[in-house]
Amino acid sequence: MGKKRKEKVEKAYKKPVIKRRKPNRSIAGDLTLYIFLVLMAYIMAFPIIFTVSNSLKPLDELFKFPPRIFAMHPTMDNYADLFVNMGKSTVTFSRYLFNTVFITAVGTFGHLIIASMAAFVLAKYEFPGGPTFFKIATTALMFTGYVTQIPNYLILNKLGWIDTYWAIIIPAFASPMGLFLMKQFMEGLPTALIEAAKIDGANEWKVFTGIVMPNVKPAWMTLIIFSVQGLWNNKASTYIYSEEKKTLVYALQQIQAGGIARAGQSAAVMVVVIIVPIAIFVFSESQILETMASSGIKD
Amino acid sequence: MKEFFSKYYTLRKHNLTVAWKKAKRSKMCYLFLLPYAVLFTMFFVFPVVASIYFSFTYYNILESPRFLGVTNYINLILQDDIFLIGLKNTLVIAILTGPLGYILSFLFAWLINELPRWIRSVAVIIFYAPSIAGNCYIIFSIFFRGDAYGHVNAFLMNVGIIDTPILWLINPQYMLPICMIVILWMSLGTGFLSFVAGLQGIDASQYEAGYMDGIKNRWQELWYITLPNMKPMLMFGAVMTITSSFGVCDVTMALCGYPSTDYAARTIVTHLFDYGFSRFEMGYACAIATILFLLMILCNKAIQSLLRRVGT
Repeated sequence: MGKKRKEKVEKAYKKPVIKRRKPNRSIAGDLTLYIFLVLMAYIMAFPIIFTVSNSLKPLDELFKFPPRIFAMHPTMDNYADLFVNMGKSTVTFSRYLFNTVFITAVGTFGHLIIASMAAFVLAKYEFPGGPTFFKIATTALMFTGYVTQIPNYLILNKLGWIDTYWAIIIPAFASPMGLFLMKQFMEGLPTALIEAAKIDGANEWKVFTGIVMPNVKPAWMTLIIFSVQGLWNNKASTYIYSEEKKTLVYALQQIQAGGIARAGQSAAVMVVVIIVPIAIFVFSESQILETMASSGIKD
Repeated sequence: MKEFFSKYYTLRKHNLTVAWKKAKRSKMCYLFLLPYAVLFTMFFVFPVVASIYFSFTYYNILESPRFLGVTNYINLILQDDIFLIGLKNTLVIAILTGPLGYILSFLFAWLINELPRWIRSVAVIIFYAPSIAGNCYIIFSIFFRGDAYGHVNAFLMNVGIIDTPILWLINPQYMLPICMIVILWMSLGTGFLSFVAGLQGIDASQYEAGYMDGIKNRWQELWYITLPNMKPMLMFGAVMTITSSFGVCDVTMALCGYPSTDYAARTIVTHLFDYGFSRFEMGYACAIATILFLLMILCNKAIQSLLRRVGT
């Protein structure tokens, strides 16, 4: 009996070494999986590839039938048009671009600082009200921003921020997503690190800037990507009325409304709009995934 | 009874003094929390409360709010046909694309989990790109354009399936299905990232233990080892999915127009925009917002209690 069992255990233990493949996996299954994934990847990527190649096509190629995925004579004319043609209008394209860059940069920076400060004490200190506050903040993940849009409008109106950049920037500081992810990630930091710094005589602010923040760099990138994603794509049409303060996405819709004659330009704007979040994601993917590993909601 | 109350109060008082002492000791913590707490209260907590309050009033910004009771809600449900269309559309979209998108997110995350590292990172980028690219879905309005130059029409006419172009985005029959395709295309979002990361974090020794204990195929492995380990991420993904699928409005507004033909693509959020920012009936719009809020919170609670049973 005992001998038999020992044999069995040994066999199971040796299995992966001999076969070099993971157990419980068939070759046919793996092959189907690869084919399926390649197909799905193609479907998912197609609209984006098509947008990019559309922006490189000269006007006569845009309406060729059957449509070609890749441009035969790629040109940068559409991009040049954005600055040249729209340079003559009252609000230039570069102004829209500046508005969006400004809103995104300031909003993201402020969000990173403010949310990290709050996350730091929520994760590493025990104080009355802390857990309750975090629970409320987590609940805020559960409904969309649209629910609060009307009272937000009234509040911003009272503050006199309607039709300024601040109407978009300041509410973005308090985005609950950033707080949640940052807090979850900071909980993984060893408390001993903080204790040691305290014994060495550092105060909370020093601990925060000198020890905690440098150690949670992966979480920075995650906060940045989510904040940029929200702000860069913000149409802002309910809070901002003046043409010269409107954002890139608004310009995109205006150009889109221009119809067929501006199809190339609209593709070019679209590329400008999508390239920034995607580029940030590509460069920081591993850090973002590292942060997301601690994103789970525990009961 | 009296004794019970006096004991209760003494205990409460004691707890409060302890809490107060602790609070005084951790002044620094409150200082750190303050900026975020102020902004969060101002732009998230207070608006929800205000929204519930305004939903019981008639308010048009110019005059001060006039108390109405539940009239707004009664009107919404009994008289506002367009709201019912919006509610129906939102529920249809949420019920179809929500679970499907959620399952797809998990499926893809699970499938790419065993690929070599570099293929996995490329796959994550490709699958996540549509949701991060924000307004890229506008390209679908070119694919589905109503004239013969729209790519889908041109293709179908060339193949010979149809002989007159179909007004994809104007004919109410096709609006919702097209919107749902686009929403599904974008559905591999934050939850997907969380799944990918969570799957990577599962301890390999658990799988080895599973092989020893006689797990036969990848499905058993999924149910008995992977899913229970993934519970917190599944919860997070569910929250993200519910939030986005009930808040649908960008896609329908961009593709089908606002307002859309026969209100066929109206959702709760577009109805809220209509009353809040076109007609300035803030009280009525707040009633819509409150209903949306309750729908989302209830749905979240229901899904969370469901997810607790996974893998058991």
